[in-house]
Amino acid sequence: MATKSTGGTEKTKSTEVKKKLNVLIVDDDPLNRRLHEMIIKTIGGISQTAKNGEEAVILHRGGASFDLILMDKEMPERDGVSTTKKLREMKVTSMIVGVTSLADQEEERKAFMEAGLNHCLEKPLTKAKILPLINHLVGA
Amino acid sequence: MNTTVVAQLQRQFQDYIVSLYQQGFLDNQFSELRKLQDEGTPDFVSEVVSLFFDDCSKLIDTMSRSLERPDNVDFKQVDSGVHQLKGSSSSVGARRVKNVCISFKECCHVQNREGCLRCLQQVDYEYKMLKTKLQDLFNLEQQILQAGGTIPQVDIN
Repeated sequence: MATKSTGGTEKTKSTEVKKKLNVLIVDDDPLNRRLHEMIIKTIGGISQTAKNGEEAVILHRGGASFDLILMDKEMPERDGVSTTKKLREMKVTSMIVGVTSLADQEEERKAFMEAGLNHCLEKPLTKAKILPLINHLVGA
Repeated sequence: MNTTVVAQLQRQFQDYIVSLYQQGFLDNQFSELRKLQDEGTPDFVSEVVSLFFDDCSKLIDTMSRSLERPDNVDFKQVDSGVHQLKGSSSSVGARRVKNVCISFKECCHVQNREGCLRCLQQVDYEYKMLKTKLQDLFNLEQQILQAGGTIPQVDIN
């Protein structure tokens, strides 16, 4: 079951609503989900998590949309490559960032990118790795 | 607040955490975890570390069963377990565990059961050692807080 962490919109001094970055974390490892959740929180975003690619697809079928999707590669039920392809077929335009491990071969990484990723980052994720992409996304 | 006691505990904490890095138990990723922790989430590091140790226990158990019978080892399954363990250990900065996993993967690739068994034993030893060390570290943190002090930020670099 996908889970959502706290967050929302906040009003600036001019009463203009400032939208928080809305992120979907797709990873079968609870440790990585917690870590990535925390990184997004410290950057000022809000996140939802999905335990595998199939959950991510179901979320989108239900009308959910996100600014950014952090997509693990190796997952049961539906892996990162298949999920990315499916989401792009569903016309999902979110920034999708693949999260790979050092052990992944170049061809595997290439196949992941070709599935429809915008970027690929290597584990472990850190604030420093993800911040440039977030800044690009919010146009900072 | 007894400032002398707090100062002593803080020094002890700093020395201990530096020693964990110097002895190779931890790497920079652990520092990254500590940076993410704040007043609102004071248990973040211990929570993540606890998830890691749960992972270790389950994966070691699964791999042990896979390696049990000499004539029927599923090296693909063992490799998958090692891959997950390597990923988890990278995520928390468990350097020694991660390094054993690198050797472990090589043994899986060449289907060396004896090598795998040695690595399994080593990874079990390393994660349990780290668990004890980190428990001591968290206990020191608690002592500092109970004495009215704050946890020092330690710059490892």
